[in-house]
Amino acid sequence: MSAPEGALVSRRLDWRPPALILAIALGSLVLVGNPSTWLTLTIAGLAMGLMIFIMSSGLTLVFGLMDVMNFAHGLFIALGAYVGASTVKLFSAAASADSFLANLGAIAPAVLAAMLAAGLLGLFFERVIVRPVYGDHLKQILITTGGMIVAEQLILVLWGPDQIPVERPATLRGSFLVGDMAIEKYRLIAVAIGLAVFAGMMLLLNRTKIGLLIRAGVENKEMVEAMGYRIRRLFVGVFVAGSALAGLGGALWGMYQESVTVHIGASMMVLIFIVIIIGGLGSIGGCFAGAVLVGLVANYVGYLSPKIALGSNILLMVLILLWRPQGLYPVGKS
Amino acid sequence: MAENLLSLSGVHTHIGHYHILQGVDLVVPRGELTMLLGRNGAGKTTALRTILGLWSASAGAIRFEDSDITQRDTPAIANLGIAYVPESMGIFAGLTVQENLVLAARRGPPEEARLDWIFRYFPPMKKFWDLPAGNLSGGQKQMLSISRAIVEPRKLVLIDEPTKGLAPAIINNLIEAFAELKKTDTTILMVEQNFHAAKSLGDSVAVMDAGRIVHAGRMADLATDDALQTRLLGLSLEAHQ
Repeated sequence: MSAPEGALVSRRLDWRPPALILAIALGSLVLVGNPSTWLTLTIAGLAMGLMIFIMSSGLTLVFGLMDVMNFAHGLFIALGAYVGASTVKLFSAAASADSFLANLGAIAPAVLAAMLAAGLLGLFFERVIVRPVYGDHLKQILITTGGMIVAEQLILVLWGPDQIPVERPATLRGSFLVGDMAIEKYRLIAVAIGLAVFAGMMLLLNRTKIGLLIRAGVENKEMVEAMGYRIRRLFVGVFVAGSALAGLGGALWGMYQESVTVHIGASMMVLIFIVIIIGGLGSIGGCFAGAVLVGLVANYVGYLSPKIALGSNILLMVLILLWRPQGLYPVGKS
Repeated sequence: MAENLLSLSGVHTHIGHYHILQGVDLVVPRGELTMLLGRNGAGKTTALRTILGLWSASAGAIRFEDSDITQRDTPAIANLGIAYVPESMGIFAGLTVQENLVLAARRGPPEEARLDWIFRYFPPMKKFWDLPAGNLSGGQKQMLSISRAIVEPRKLVLIDEPTKGLAPAIINNLIEAFAELKKTDTTILMVEQNFHAAKSLGDSVAVMDAGRIVHAGRMADLATDDALQTRLLGLSLEAHQ
């Protein structure tokens, strides 16, 4: 449907968060001094940020739409990492071939299997663990944390307690050399996948009726139901999709780290919570901006002052919340 | 006498420990605008929300056309052709005016003729078509909330205090729009505190007090009976003239 004549004002992007990201990147260029080191750090930060975005985008929607505090989200990441690592091992011939297309024959099944496994576990979690505690945050925290502990033990039973090495596909190892700059291939792939996921989510949210329903549901669930839509079905879909994305992020993160342990998901949860809080709960645009900020700051500060690297993202969250208490792109609740 | 589109028989609603509706008997004739009046806290909003299933009736029966809808969930009730304009307006602030209307149209994209009809009474909807609804003024948000409810033909529209907090000029505009909506044979159940608006629009009237219907009849009769107005509505009438 086209806009009627006379439409005067259109929705505009709030430019301040992207400007902040740009300012931090340019400011760190001055502090780092060496442009090639800065570019390496920036790409590493973007790759890390976009993988965190993939892992956290589902959680922010689950919180925004369903008002569910799912502390077991790290479990879906861990399961995705394990299933991804096992699938790559299963297709080791394709993974070790010296052709990108052949490598895709290992990566694609690994990623799809990770998403499928995490999505199915998400479906089980929503129906069995989360559904009985809708509307009660304390019970949600307790039961999802408990569910995560039990499921982590099951992972240990299935895969054993040892760290599992993950073989990166052959053509994704090493770096591209541009002048005196070395750009790691896998990081570029991670950036590309992260951007594709972001673009896909923005298209879904802004160009489809399901997307409209999700955005409306994040603001006012009751009114969506009063319009005749069954939001519970949407809840399940979002929870499963969010879990599958966490699985995808876990598979990518496992390959990035080149090893998987049962705590791979839980260890990311602090960063994921920081990202969804500074982004604005329920906001995909905010989650993207927050993840990029967290990834960049972690890498810049890690290089410039390793001693404060651990606390840098907490400090970032405090500063962002002082500036915008509802997050970078707050979602209006009515 | 028109047949009844909606009827409530002995409806009770509890919210937590509070017993809000205490046996509501109400009929809404088809094709008419029924005004639901009463003092603050009488249970008017609870009655609308109970009809729509947003709060469950703990006893009694609610019938719409030939169906018992007492135990149905909100989406099922809404899909019978019932639209709701809540007191809070319930607009989706992050969605544009267009997106709000697209979402409200369940049968597909809104028809151009219907939109033109809405734009005639609510010109800001056309002017701010692409603007996020959160940027509209209070009156414009109310217009959007009502536009959503009538973006396609409905059998029944439940409207909760549409004139609350609005400037007199906008109230007159709304009264004109509702008068036009009545001509389309849409049945309306409206909660209203503004007696000027209520008597201009209402065909029939029901007055609530302490969770019960204490008077039901024709609006014209109530509008001409000062003693009855004072007895039923007391201070609230004078306060909202």
